Amino acid sequence: MDLFEYQGKQYFSKFGIAVSPGGVADTVEEALAVAERVGYPVVVKAQVKVGGRGKAGGVKLADNADEVRLHAGNILGLDIKGHVVRRLWIELSSDIQKEYYASFTLDRPNKTHLGMLSAEGGVEIEEVAVNNPDAIAMLSIDPVRGLDLATARRWVAEANLDDIAREQAAEILVKLYTCYTEGDCDLAEINPLILTTDNNVHALDAKVTLDENASYRHPEWEEFRWSETEDPREQMAKERGLNYIGLDGTVGIIANGAGLAMSTLDVVNQVGGTAANFLDIGGGANADVMAAALEVINADPKVKSIFVNIFGGITRVDEVAKGVLEALKRVDISSPIVLRLDGTNAVEGRAILAPHLSASLITEPTMLDAARRAVSLAN
Amino acid sequence: MSIFVDENTKVIVQGLTGGQGRFHGLRNRDYGTKVVGGVTPGKGGTDVEGIPVFNTVKEAVDATGATASFVVVPPKFASAAILEAAEGGITFIVCITEGIPAHDEAVTYNRLVEEFPGVRLLGPNCPGIISPGKCNIGITSGDIALPGGPVGIVSRSGTLTYQALHELSQQGIGQTTCVGIGGDPVPGTNFIDCLSAFQADPETKAVMMIGEIGGSEEERAAEWIKLNMTKPVVSYIAGVTAPPGRKMGHAGAIISGSKGTAQAKMDALREAGVHVCQNPTEAGQKMVEIVKGL
Repeated sequence: MDLFEYQGKQYFSKFGIAVSPGGVADTVEEALAVAERVGYPVVVKAQVKVGGRGKAGGVKLADNADEVRLHAGNILGLDIKGHVVRRLWIELSSDIQKEYYASFTLDRPNKTHLGMLSAEGGVEIEEVAVNNPDAIAMLSIDPVRGLDLATARRWVAEANLDDIAREQAAEILVKLYTCYTEGDCDLAEINPLILTTDNNVHALDAKVTLDENASYRHPEWEEFRWSETEDPREQMAKERGLNYIGLDGTVGIIANGAGLAMSTLDVVNQVGGTAANFLDIGGGANADVMAAALEVINADPKVKSIFVNIFGGITRVDEVAKGVLEALKRVDISSPIVLRLDGTNAVEGRAILAPHLSASLITEPTMLDAARRAVSLAN
Repeated sequence: MSIFVDENTKVIVQGLTGGQGRFHGLRNRDYGTKVVGGVTPGKGGTDVEGIPVFNTVKEAVDATGATASFVVVPPKFASAAILEAAEGGITFIVCITEGIPAHDEAVTYNRLVEEFPGVRLLGPNCPGIISPGKCNIGITSGDIALPGGPVGIVSRSGTLTYQALHELSQQGIGQTTCVGIGGDPVPGTNFIDCLSAFQADPETKAVMMIGEIGGSEEERAAEWIKLNMTKPVVSYIAGVTAPPGRKMGHAGAIISGSKGTAQAKMDALREAGVHVCQNPTEAGQKMVEIVKGL
């Protein structure tokens, strides 16, 4: 789960990482109230989960109430790369002396944690990595040992942070690492981490991705679920407990297993079609799951055909077939369904469907055949 | 021959008295696997259809001589179960649990490496390992595998592994061992571990490698293949059309920025001389062709 900037800052605050004083606002009046509370000048920042909001006009400085009114009014409702701004973060403007970069993420090849620190912050770290890789001080951290202050102190020196900033930065790095590990983040990034003109160091932005697998031990994450997704199909799938990702195509996809589901998208694409979604119904798909899956896909107006791709392992194909028939009784499906059923009890499964086959319920012997049929029905 | 396990491997099931553990543990035994015990704290002294249950891994190992463990416990208990297995003397741990937090996996992996260097972990979030006709630890249906080799399979995805087994078995081509390394970001066993074991196994004549988006294990495997592998490798990578920044079902299946794309993996593998195929069926057909030409 990606957090909005304001949520990331709230999360940072829990771990003692200094951020600018501010507050959220969903209306111009709320924006004014926050500005009056924190004092001028303030920065009005669009809360969207996409980069480049500054260039898109989503970040503005306001010196007084009139300017807050003007900018908040303009930014609320602004469309930034398909993300409509519904919430603002208003914070006290900072006088910036220097911009740094700091982040922690998993180093998958080495199975350790990777800290990245740079005296050149405020720009995309990928650009720094390409143009001036020496400006990034990488630190490999053993997950068993963690990061201590002594190591952080050596690290800020190695990254050539300004002398005056080093001790504060080292302390923030240890706190950020704690946030990353105890807070179960996939990514905890501060860009920029700033040194102000009065020589204080704090986080000016926050980019946090939480590991959903750890949500069982973080009940406090519930507050972050505010409009977690803007796609109504994904919202609907989430309510039904489905592993669904909305895409732009016309062939609805249902498969069992993440790999097979991904592979199904690929095959549909190879034979000239486009997938409307990724949907993994997992193991042991029953009628309830199948009905929920068909319901979500059916609600997508772009869908013109549905490809059900099942390879039975633990999932028994006869159970899937019964599930499909049961689901069809419950949900009125507007697109034709093409099924490919293989694996455990596939023969029994196909036999169950045989009397019900029609122009809108079709089986094909292989994954490729089924993909071709589904795509020709959609195009 | 098989890799990592064989017909003599004695297995205990951690979580045997749970619904999943019982179901899969008994299926594994029915397949012919030497399932010699189960472990559930507080249930020592009972049994599951004749399989004795112990309170701790140590007790189970002392009583049965097991060297392998099948971990089927919920995510919040999985890391402790894996470490208990290693401490109890198990040297091959298969963990199928899906949903373990990434930080727990990172700590567990590094503790195993540092404290128990002789122990191999397979998974988490994997279908397990099957050496057809000899040993099946995990959730793979034994009936889709065919004994006798000559193909070794290694895969990050469960259903695509079944698909690969099915395609080969239907053509009468057997497998030496089929290893599911799992779809999580910190797998205990990686492609290279399996490729080097297959390379060293005289009965394995060719290898099918199934990857997916996310991370760089396939690229690393490609480098290893280029330098060390003399046996033909057929590969399929899932997720060519996956959008960046989204976890495609598996926790580890995510394109981060420009990293971890299927295209980069396929390019690296092709450059290493691997037969890269566009879909699982094509990969199956390619393998049939290669085996017939051996």
